[in-house]
Amino acid sequence: MDPKTLSRRNFLGLAAGTAATVALASCGSSGPSDKGSSGGGGSAAAGAATYWFLTGAPGEKIRQGSVDRFNQANPNAKITATTFANDAYKTKIKTAIGAGQAPTIIWGWGGGGLRSYVQASQVEDLTSWFAENAAVKDRLFPSSFGAATIDGKIYAMPAETVQPIVLYWNKKLFDKVGAEPPQSWDDLMSLVPKFNSAGVAPISLGGQSRWTNMMWLEFLFDRIGGPEVFQAVFDGEKDAWSNPASIQGLTKAQELIKANGFVKGFSSITADSNADQALLYTGKAAMMLHGTWTYGNMKEAGGDFVSGGNLGYMNFPAVDGGKGDLSNTVGNPGQYYSISSKATPEAKETAKKFFATAVLSDAEVKEWTDNGAIPIVKGTNSQLSASKDADFLTFVYDTASGAKVFAQSWDQALSPTAAEKLLDNIAKLFQLSITPQQFADNMNQVIGQ
Amino acid sequence: MTTLAPPAAPGTRRTTSTGGRSGSVAWMALPALLVFIAFGVVPLLGVLFLSFTSWDGIGVIKPTGLVSWRAVLADPGLLHALWVTFVIMALSWLVQTPASLLLGVFLAGHQRYREFLAVLFFIPLLLSSAAIAITYKALLDPNFGLGAGLHIPLLVQDWLGEARLAMGVIIFVVSWQFIPFHTLIYQGAVRQIPRSMYEAAQLDGAGRVRMFFRITLPQLKYTIITSSTLMVVGSLVFFDLIFVLTEGGPGDATRNLALDMYKRGFQANLMGQASAIAVILVLVALALALLLRRIGGGSSSTSQLEGV
Repeated sequence: MDPKTLSRRNFLGLAAGTAATVALASCGSSGPSDKGSSGGGGSAAAGAATYWFLTGAPGEKIRQGSVDRFNQANPNAKITATTFANDAYKTKIKTAIGAGQAPTIIWGWGGGGLRSYVQASQVEDLTSWFAENAAVKDRLFPSSFGAATIDGKIYAMPAETVQPIVLYWNKKLFDKVGAEPPQSWDDLMSLVPKFNSAGVAPISLGGQSRWTNMMWLEFLFDRIGGPEVFQAVFDGEKDAWSNPASIQGLTKAQELIKANGFVKGFSSITADSNADQALLYTGKAAMMLHGTWTYGNMKEAGGDFVSGGNLGYMNFPAVDGGKGDLSNTVGNPGQYYSISSKATPEAKETAKKFFATAVLSDAEVKEWTDNGAIPIVKGTNSQLSASKDADFLTFVYDTASGAKVFAQSWDQALSPTAAEKLLDNIAKLFQLSITPQQFADNMNQVIGQ
Repeated sequence: MTTLAPPAAPGTRRTTSTGGRSGSVAWMALPALLVFIAFGVVPLLGVLFLSFTSWDGIGVIKPTGLVSWRAVLADPGLLHALWVTFVIMALSWLVQTPASLLLGVFLAGHQRYREFLAVLFFIPLLLSSAAIAITYKALLDPNFGLGAGLHIPLLVQDWLGEARLAMGVIIFVVSWQFIPFHTLIYQGAVRQIPRSMYEAAQLDGAGRVRMFFRITLPQLKYTIITSSTLMVVGSLVFFDLIFVLTEGGPGDATRNLALDMYKRGFQANLMGQASAIAVILVLVALALALLLRRIGGGSSSTSQLEGV
């Protein structure tokens, strides 16, 4: 370029453009603009609090409804809500907490993620508050407090719904091949060739998401060796993954894969796309192990599949010779609301008032059950019979409340570091690229991390 | 960058009274330099610092010396990720270079139908990687995809669920997306070759193939180097496409360095280790870029039109 052609005017324009770009870029990184900008919660009226939660039906509307009702009742202590999509939220909330910009109320999954906040002293200890407000605590499922409790102290308010993982089956396909739902692992294995020869995939699985594969291991471990097997891992016992029950469970999972138990191409199907559910309700797969949160979508997207009574559901069957109690289940024992320790005392008071008066209020409870979910409040079973989904809801209520042990999903219970290692090895195990023994060796290395 | 500070043409220009034109031009690089320092160098130094710490992204940053580096270097996953990165780089270069070179030469012609085809060929360039990846993922789905929909058994493969097929799909999609871009570069370069060279060759009785190998290809030497540098360095940081298509799977079959970095940093909360991988990525990219310049032979500003 000839220097003569680059006039001063051009240069100034260029410089101004650059400055504008820089200004824009810095805007982009300053987070949610108006709604959540009072990050620490101390800007507007005293007592104003911020609250970040997840988008997606039906939860988003119900969460917003509780906030609106609270704001109406408390005009002086408003809660401002900001919503995020699931995967974006997981990264966003971590970054915000790390930068000291957390909202007053932090929506979360409890367990290992909550532990990492606690270790960084970022969330309030609510133990004494729950002791003073026993009524708030006593109306919730006791099992929901496990994932909120870190080293004996409660750091989160259990909320929303309980979501056990259940075995779904397509009744039409079972009728077609003349099969009965499996009562044991051996039954399940003998169903595999039956469905395969009928041209139907025995089991649907969204394997790319990895935690979907994990659900099979969670139940196999429990049914073979009881909840103690994973508890030992959680407690950081040395070589806990080498437990014979653990090796047996991993081996059985690989046997099922080798027998073509899962749908062809399962390792490239994601659960986020709901393609695994579509396989079940379009009649391409006969069974699916999944959380109860999938019911709503299958009902909505599956045409008359659910309303026509074609969806069967049951708790995971027994493994012959196993020790686990058949009532045991795994899944999400609840969702968890924490209070940021960086918030102002007034904002913290607002959050606590929100927990006590608005979270799982009678109106919210009704909204959850209307949407086919079981809130973690005791005694809702009497209201369920009026619902259109009464059978399913009663089944979920009984499974959740009748479980001798309701274990939290492994990847939520463990620290994020150990969970990532676990999911990585599970993907390899289901790819048959490592043996059960190698899996145990790899995982033993990160025990206690 | 080099255009901002052109070499002073010997003799022909008179120096102005403002005292040295090159001086006044040099400070014009300042805005770009400031932006580069603020958004390139400073974060890089931050990453270098973080690689000597242990940080979960939430708590306090603990300086731990070489702990993160040791963990990364002792992990067989790093070698695997390097290998995957290298395979993607090599294969995508091998597919893209001949294809885009030939297409570029073809599209350099001014015939009407070629201009029309050029517009069609450049369409993939307009699409975002994420959109392309989502589309291919849907098309290749063994149960609901193209093959199942059209009942073509050959297309019903576990495209993204088998290690080799998944790698092949990634190379294909990457090439599909980027060949138009490199074609554009070659098209421009071919059009700059002086017509007189071909006329002279024709007078000497050279055929089309001979002219391609004796004139076009040597004249495109620096374009090939530029395009290869873009391909090679670009393939080091492929992330969005692979993340959406396979998330590094099946298992870890397509997990390259960039994905490994993301997974360690944002999924496993190991910012120290992720930073160490980022530093390795920067070093590898720098080394490759320098190597390619060396292969180019001296400075790329040497004239190719000597004697024309």
